Amino acid sequence: MKRSQLQKNILSYVLLLLGLFIVAIPLWYMVSTAFKPQTMIFELPPQIWPNPSTLNNFIKALTTDNFGLYFWNSTKVAVTATLLTVAVSSMLAFAFARLNFRFKEQLFYLLLLGMMVPPVMLIIPQFVISHWLKLYNNLWGLILVYVTMNISMQTFLLRGVFEDIPKDLEEAAMIDGGSPWTFFTRIVLPLSGPGLAVVVINSFLYSWEEYAWANVNIGDSASRTLPIAIAFFQSAHLTQWGQVFAASLIALVPVVIIFIVFQRYFIQGISTTGIKG
Amino acid sequence: MHTRRSRNQVIPAIIFLLPGFALFFVFFLGPLLYSLRISFYHWNFAHVDRSVFVGFQNYIDQLKDPIFLRAVINTAVYTVITVFVKMVLGFAVAILLNQKLRGRTFLRVAYYLPVITSWVIVSLLFTYMFSGQGGLVNYFLTNVLHATNKNIMWLADPVLALVPVVLVDIWKGVGWTVIIFLAGLQTIPTELIEAAAVDGANNWQRLIKIVLPMMRGTLVFLLVVLILGGLNAYVPFQLITHGDPMDQTHSILTLMYRATFERMDFGSGAAISYLLTLFVFLLSFLQLKLLRKPAGD
Repeated sequence: MKRSQLQKNILSYVLLLLGLFIVAIPLWYMVSTAFKPQTMIFELPPQIWPNPSTLNNFIKALTTDNFGLYFWNSTKVAVTATLLTVAVSSMLAFAFARLNFRFKEQLFYLLLLGMMVPPVMLIIPQFVISHWLKLYNNLWGLILVYVTMNISMQTFLLRGVFEDIPKDLEEAAMIDGGSPWTFFTRIVLPLSGPGLAVVVINSFLYSWEEYAWANVNIGDSASRTLPIAIAFFQSAHLTQWGQVFAASLIALVPVVIIFIVFQRYFIQGISTTGIKG
Repeated sequence: MHTRRSRNQVIPAIIFLLPGFALFFVFFLGPLLYSLRISFYHWNFAHVDRSVFVGFQNYIDQLKDPIFLRAVINTAVYTVITVFVKMVLGFAVAILLNQKLRGRTFLRVAYYLPVITSWVIVSLLFTYMFSGQGGLVNYFLTNVLHATNKNIMWLADPVLALVPVVLVDIWKGVGWTVIIFLAGLQTIPTELIEAAAVDGANNWQRLIKIVLPMMRGTLVFLLVVLILGGLNAYVPFQLITHGDPMDQTHSILTLMYRATFERMDFGSGAAISYLLTLFVFLLSFLQLKLLRKPAGD
């Protein structure tokens, strides 16, 4: 019995490490290429670590081609869109989870349409509307569309979280003369940490790496965000892979930070929000 | 009591719903309907008043266009392969990670890393790895496996160009299915599995008779979300193949992009996106019907 358990564990480790190896190869290749001098970009066989290695790609990426500006644009867009998504979708979810009003379920299903329609499908009419509202070439054009494309899914997740908050707490808040707003801000939001963390992760990642809409709505190079700037750089300098991946790694830093900070909530969040077996 | 209460809550409800629904109408529902209108016109973007109503002509033109049909086939093949592989691999890894192993938190995070790496970056990364000259994949095939003795020009071939697109999706997507499967597995009571083991069920029987049926919700959820994602594939096609060679490697949405923003034919672009939506709705409906049906047993 014990022996077969040991064999099973060893087999599990072998399989898991094999999978890990496959997952790791492209990531390692990206990192090592970022440290390669341009002359070694297509040199084979690949070295575990480039020799000689260089920081030039990072220096060039940071100092040329307005990279700092693109990073700042992406930061503004992602942070604002995330804050707005959290605010707007938690308000929506609160109304659907905790308030009584007519046509509640019909409105909810209407909102869920947003989960069925792919964002890319809407870029044509959004492009037209963005011109009407003078949001073309404007970062607000990105922010408002990102929030809209996120609220359906995030409201759906948060409604489930808010519904689990015990009725007693609501009654206690109401007896003390509280309004729905105080119940929402004093009790519901503080008790929904993991659920809100999932919303933060989802909307930040979405806004930080969105490509299709940004590529259409931003024509002016000064308003570019990182994903379109990196893709644009690659198509303009076809073989400068070292710089492409140096820029990519810098662009990944905020994502990794968010992921590490919220990682614990993230796994927890998936099992508490919406998806139940 | 109840009626008084619901009357009281109309005003708070409006306040809580207003910001979200304002955005939803201006940037989602409005555009969705407006795009339907565009799809019936030879749309003139610069002078909207000069647009010509053409009925279903844009739709008919697309359905007759071999490039559109090719894009439909590409998208379908891509979806079937990636969804199947991601489900199977994701389930296998989740089963392995669901054991009490040392370092499983590390493994879970490691498997998730490709998921948080952006589509643009991983698409460029796979383009580089699949370079015809000096690419890592060709090196591996010729010098390590000796499977071929000359470099394969992946991106110059209308069929082979889809290989990196499919692989990047699987590589990036497996970690997500693992996490969702793990969440599903954790809702299965361990007593149930132990009881079956006491009754003499082997690993395989326990998997088929207990674990899979109890994971029905997770399976349906994953299937719907992954198929939807596959049909809407855009960035990897756009950045890896650009539809080349000869427009043979488009997905439905990259073709929509090309019609609209490269050829300024907004009507055809809108028609393509509506054909896709129609198909997605039909499929979601069918999926829910088929998969929900045996839930009564």
